Amino acid sequence: MAEWLEVTLRLLVVVAAFLVLPLLVGQTEHKAMAHMQSRVGPMYAGAFHGWAQLIADGVKFAQKEDVVPDAADRTVYKLAPAVALLPYLVAMVAIPIGPGLVGQDLDLGLFFVLAVMSVGVLGSLMGGWASANKFSLIGGLRVAAQLMGYELPFVLAAVSPAMAAATLSLTGIVQAWEPWWLLWQLPGMVVFFVAGLAELQRPPFDMPVADSELVFGPFTEYSGLRFALFLLSEYAGIVVLALLTAVLFLGGWHGPFSDQLGWLWTLLKTGVVAFCVIWARVALPRMREDQLQKLAWKGLVPLALAQLAITSVGAVMTNQ
Amino acid sequence: MSTWGRGLLQGLRVTWQNMTRRSSTAQYPDALPDLPPRSRGVIALFEENCTVCMLCARECPCWCIYIDSHKETVPPVEEGGRERSRNVLDRFAIDFSLCMYCSICIDVCPFDALFWTPEFEYAEVDIRNLTHERDRLRDWMWTVPPPPGLDPHAAEPKEVTAAQRAADKSAPPASTSTGSTDSGDQPQGPNE
Repeated sequence: MAEWLEVTLRLLVVVAAFLVLPLLVGQTEHKAMAHMQSRVGPMYAGAFHGWAQLIADGVKFAQKEDVVPDAADRTVYKLAPAVALLPYLVAMVAIPIGPGLVGQDLDLGLFFVLAVMSVGVLGSLMGGWASANKFSLIGGLRVAAQLMGYELPFVLAAVSPAMAAATLSLTGIVQAWEPWWLLWQLPGMVVFFVAGLAELQRPPFDMPVADSELVFGPFTEYSGLRFALFLLSEYAGIVVLALLTAVLFLGGWHGPFSDQLGWLWTLLKTGVVAFCVIWARVALPRMREDQLQKLAWKGLVPLALAQLAITSVGAVMTNQ
Repeated sequence: MSTWGRGLLQGLRVTWQNMTRRSSTAQYPDALPDLPPRSRGVIALFEENCTVCMLCARECPCWCIYIDSHKETVPPVEEGGRERSRNVLDRFAIDFSLCMYCSICIDVCPFDALFWTPEFEYAEVDIRNLTHERDRLRDWMWTVPPPPGLDPHAAEPKEVTAAQRAADKSAPPASTSTGSTDSGDQPQGPNE
């Protein structure tokens, strides 16, 4: 009985975090982006510096009509937002933020999270295909091309800390982490972060939703709550990517007073990474499709492979 | 761009600097803008000065000034004199949906009947309401700031010197001392 209660409680906390953290990132993006562009951003909603802006946006989305195009593949079209959003919720279950503070500690945690995360991209692909719209289709195919290109360096870079820690469990990786790994795993971290950005289709890798040429890519035909779910999945993706980067490469809950405040350290590192995601969006121009592919195949894949070689040499030398 | 990636770093630096600086946004409806006192907000009509000479309406590049008038005859001042005719203003309206705020009407008015006022909050839901009729234009007159004072050491205004000369001529020579003190007090005279 107590076990059931604990599982339910853990899952409830994960769901709550899943609902709150993306909104937090979204609001930070509103405000940080505004200030980076010498604006002030939302100021009225909620009376204090527009803190309730995203809630107001949510209410607006809920009120809008949910239109399905005539020629659309209705079931696929309606299912796509859920396919885009749910994987991130499932991934968050397995990511630890403190020793024991995890929805479900899996021995194959890293493998599970990576497998589940790549499902999320299928949501945009499904939406692009099912919308019966040329812009959506081109956007969807660009998503597919991007997924093909960046999944490989993403996984290769994620393997590196697992090899160093000699475990696939995310908790185990953090426990084995030592500060000098920051330098040792630095190329891997860069590759992981950049490839993660590309998987989320965030600027500068937002070729699939390039608004000047594809309206809004795979999401062109979506409106109302389904569109909001796609947006939410983007921010949930940021949270998951930032959490993973913090756990795999930045040492999770390691830091001063980590016995009591470990979870705070994880969240702080996550916040810093999420801020970098926002910063990159504001500061960097969108990449062209060919530049995008070139970066993946000629830049990130060799770098990730080199990181694997470095890691394996280091792992062999330190273990024996 | 000499080295690869320099532009990217520059972008990151600029956005960071913007973020750490205070933004210059003014929260307009909450905080009123700090406008220069002689801003061109809206045009006021001092209709008592208007002689219906039509110069403003003719010079207006947007044709946004509408004037209607009729003539009235004024009885002769002296017995056996001639009747005088006088223009009476019936309508004076400015359509601010057409006006381009060029200030030509104000410059061209020979009788000081048109003035700028710094008021700017007269947006309307219906475009037709942007045509301000005579009474509304007259009401703007209350918001016209007083004219700027003379520069230090400037020559006295023509009106003052003319009045002074007239006073000197009519007055007996004994009152010269009072005349000289008057000239010191008078500069605020023509402000009306």
